Amino acid sequence: MTIFIPTPLRALAGGSKALEVSATTVAGALDELTAAYPDLKKHLFNEQGKVRLFVNLYLNDEDVRYLPQKEDSPVTATDTLSIIPSIAGGL
Amino acid sequence: MTTIADPVSLPELTTDELARYSRHLILPEVGEEGQRKLKAAKVLCVGTGGLGSPLALYLVAAGVGTLGLVDFDVVDASNLQRQIIHSTADIGRKKLDSAAEKLNALNPAMNIVKHETMLTSANALDILKDYDIVADGTDNFPTRYLVNDACVLLRKPNVYGSIFRFEGQASVFATEQGPCYRCLYPEPPPLGLVPSCAEGGVLGILPGLVGVIQATEVIKLILGAGEPLIGRLLLVDSLAMRFRELKLRKNPECPVCGPNPTLTKLIDYEQFCGIAPASKEEIKVKNGVAQITPVELKRRIDAGEDVFILDVREPFEYQIANIGGKLIPQNDVPQRLAEIDRDREIIVHCKSGGRSQRIAEFLVQNGYPRVINLAGGILAWSDQVDPKLPKY
Repeated sequence: MTIFIPTPLRALAGGSKALEVSATTVAGALDELTAAYPDLKKHLFNEQGKVRLFVNLYLNDEDVRYLPQKEDSPVTATDTLSIIPSIAGGL
Repeated sequence: MTTIADPVSLPELTTDELARYSRHLILPEVGEEGQRKLKAAKVLCVGTGGLGSPLALYLVAAGVGTLGLVDFDVVDASNLQRQIIHSTADIGRKKLDSAAEKLNALNPAMNIVKHETMLTSANALDILKDYDIVADGTDNFPTRYLVNDACVLLRKPNVYGSIFRFEGQASVFATEQGPCYRCLYPEPPPLGLVPSCAEGGVLGILPGLVGVIQATEVIKLILGAGEPLIGRLLLVDSLAMRFRELKLRKNPECPVCGPNPTLTKLIDYEQFCGIAPASKEEIKVKNGVAQITPVELKRRIDAGEDVFILDVREPFEYQIANIGGKLIPQNDVPQRLAEIDRDREIIVHCKSGGRSQRIAEFLVQNGYPRVINLAGGILAWSDQVDPKLPKY
């Protein structure tokens, strides 16, 4: 599947906008991502290993928090996972 | 949802207005009744900056009868790359005065209400209560949560837009049936994780793009036409020029708009976002890093004291203006610690003090015994010590 990396986190992911991973679940995809780029880990997960509340994960156009299997949801090669962080700019 | 009065009580259009809005009047979705709804509508625009500029201009052009503006800032040269309501001649003027003048010139019959204040928990409900719809064009997390909560408590739609570098987000929050900003982001990110536009930069046209999306949503809500961005988050990527849409759900456990709200009045949003109140003591020492003012640093340099000035900006910034420090861009610092002398006092600076504070904290963590941050950065140096130093 493809993981889209948002602008604020790209510097921690080698500058990539999108990465291909071969995992079969959302959680597996995130593990693969943070194994490749360990600096991303503290931005995505809290000390208990849970996804931080200001980070939204979307499997295609659905919020992972509202999927029946949440982070254990299965994924295929054609799915996309988007990391949507808070941004506040406006002036 | 917004409730615009029934057709009978809507204001009539004058002959001039029939001519001015003729392109609206021939649209079946607007028509004379829609134009009268626009005339009756009261919209509050929070901020008259990048998002607020196109928002206010288009709403007033469209005939929104009452437009409130909240701002307390003055126009700076660095605003003009994107804040198109202000002109070069307005530098140094209050943004409210500059904006109101342009809006009056565009459509003199409209009522422009100026709120010259920072929106706070103490005044937000009082300011928002007289409006039908709120458009959020602010630039910081505390005000985002404040606007959202006030809109939920007052049952006013919050037309949201936000930008960062080349990307934007837009949605309509706090309608009765839809989610609110807290449903999407229950918590703000920790301080310093997401840079502001002043630190991270923003493509000048991006707030234009996103502000016009907000203006479109405001108009649609007033008219009751089309499909508003309720329950949808629109993502704009201006570099790829791609628009994506994500589904938003009303969070059943939302502390402000959920069925069992725990947040029933406005709170301290600075504290909620992790911003400690700035007492005098805390200004001097921030997160374990001592702070120095430009005036004090100048005095110490002039006195011949041994200070190592570390400039953590990018090379292009150094070319625009520098105070003779050693340039090591922030991302290179971890690999170039050998060039930073542990035995000397290190004064770190950047443009406005944010990047240098993080690098100063990093140096402290790496065992540097004497690290000081230049508060306000080179911008403050230009203001307080050397006005000839170019600001950017």
